[in-house]
Amino acid sequence: MKVSLTVNGRRHDVDVAPNTLLVDVLRGRLGLTGTHVGCDTSQCGACTVHLDGRSVKSCTVLAAQVDGAAVTTIEGIGSPDALHPMQAAFRDCHALQCGFCTPGMIMSAIDLVQNVENLDERKVREGLEGNLCRCTGYHNIVKAVLNAAESM
Amino acid sequence: MYSFEYHRPESIAQATALRAEAEDAIYLAGGQTLIPTLKQRLAAPSDVIDLSRVPGLAGIELKSDCVVIGAMTRHAEVAASAEVARAIPALAFLAGEIGDAQVRNRGTLGGSVANSDPSADYPAAVIGLGATIVTDRRRIAADDFFHDLFETALEAGELLTAIEFPIAKRAAYCKFPNPASRYAVVGVFAADFGGKVRVGVTGAGPCAFRATAIEAALGKKLDAKSVDAVEIEYDRFNSDLHASAEYRANLVRVMAKRAVEKLLTA
Ligand SMILES: Cc1cc2nc3c(=O)[nH]c(=O)nc-3n(C[C@H](O)[C@H](O)[C@H](O)COP(=O)(O)OP(=O)(O)OC[C@H]3O[C@@H](n4cnc5c(N)ncnc54)[C@H](O)[C@@H]3O)c2cc1C
Ligand code: FES
Ligand code: FES
Repeated sequence: MKVSLTVNGRRHDVDVAPNTLLVDVLRGRLGLTGTHVGCDTSQCGACTVHLDGRSVKSCTVLAAQVDGAAVTTIEGIGSPDALHPMQAAFRDCHALQCGFCTPGMIMSAIDLVQNVENLDERKVREGLEGNLCRCTGYHNIVKAVLNAAESM
Repeated sequence: MYSFEYHRPESIAQATALRAEAEDAIYLAGGQTLIPTLKQRLAAPSDVIDLSRVPGLAGIELKSDCVVIGAMTRHAEVAASAEVARAIPALAFLAGEIGDAQVRNRGTLGGSVANSDPSADYPAAVIGLGATIVTDRRRIAADDFFHDLFETALEAGELLTAIEFPIAKRAAYCKFPNPASRYAVVGVFAADFGGKVRVGVTGAGPCAFRATAIEAALGKKLDAKSVDAVEIEYDRFNSDLHASAEYRANLVRVMAKRAVEKLLTA
């Protein structure tokens, strides 16, 4: 079936089987491998992207469901020369070690900062419940999100 | 995932017709339960009918005595709704406690209630508030809706369209979440309708149910201490790696007491 979607501002028309996942279109078809697959069972959040502005787990969305929608991936928010404030805060606060969870963390954190008022440590921890990190112990991630919230 | 045909109907009539014509079709709402199920090959429908473009299935309407929430309304919308927060704050709170942010951005009220997962949150509120489930063909009282593990009163192909939640004088929800999934190990929704108290329990049994013994005790005296004397029967409670039936019985008592305390200060 034909699916047309806008990814990071560019429109793409792809022909996919109905059981194709959004994450497989992003990674396999469009080469946007910044979106990671950690668990493939809807638990870890490494595959988080924005669908019409809100964070979703792209391993738990069918490509067919996003026909006509706008998707933003980690590649769409900043560049190595001009990091998004959230990316800069992650770097400054040492909020990543292996980096595997980072794209998903950053996409979730941006949604959180944009949609939750008066962020504090508790709200950040709750807001990132859908993202697992096996390296950092979360403290510096929380610090980075609170720092970025001030500059965003 | 096994292969299937995908459909995106644009009316309730089209959706139910597709469901009736196909060999073994299934409705797709937010997909936060169905897609993981398909990925694990625990289901093999011939056709998947995506409800997301059916007009009129999503939205929140505040009426004088109830809040009507469309089946396709996402958990995040209920959690953030000013209307729900004003009329039934406990319901907005409950929606905000479901899973995680990404799940709440996709998952829907209809999907959660139609699925009747034993640890889902919404069923506790449906029972606790004595809601009415509206489908494409009839209205079903909450007390008649949940039948068993993943089993409801919905007939083959019956489409849940909305749920009407009566506005209680005050209400509260308390859950003991599984630390990994956030699903309720036990959740208790208590509602006071001015003398008449309803208590809905999720997580403990095969499906959500009314805790009538607790209701009777609270009917005599609306106080958390009233719950202490109630015997919680747990013969049919779930026992799994998360909690034994006996432990769940204790959680029902503790969550009920906390819900009552919260309700009294609401
Ligand atoms: C990581 C994770 C954590 C979660 N944590 C929680 C939690 O803490 N608490 C909780 O309650 N839930 C939790 N959930 C489940 C989540 O709330 C789901 O969104 C919900 O159970 C199903 O809703 P859905 O819209 O995604 O339905 P879908 O997955 O699309 O559908 C579920 C079932 O309902 C049927 N269905 C859907 N809509 C209708 C309709 N209108 N009429 C008739 N049948 C219909 C479908 O055919 C399917 O069988 C979690 C899920 C995940 C992935
Ligand atoms: S890969 Fe999607 S949630 Fe883990
Ligand atoms: S930095 Fe390694 S998993 Fe988070």
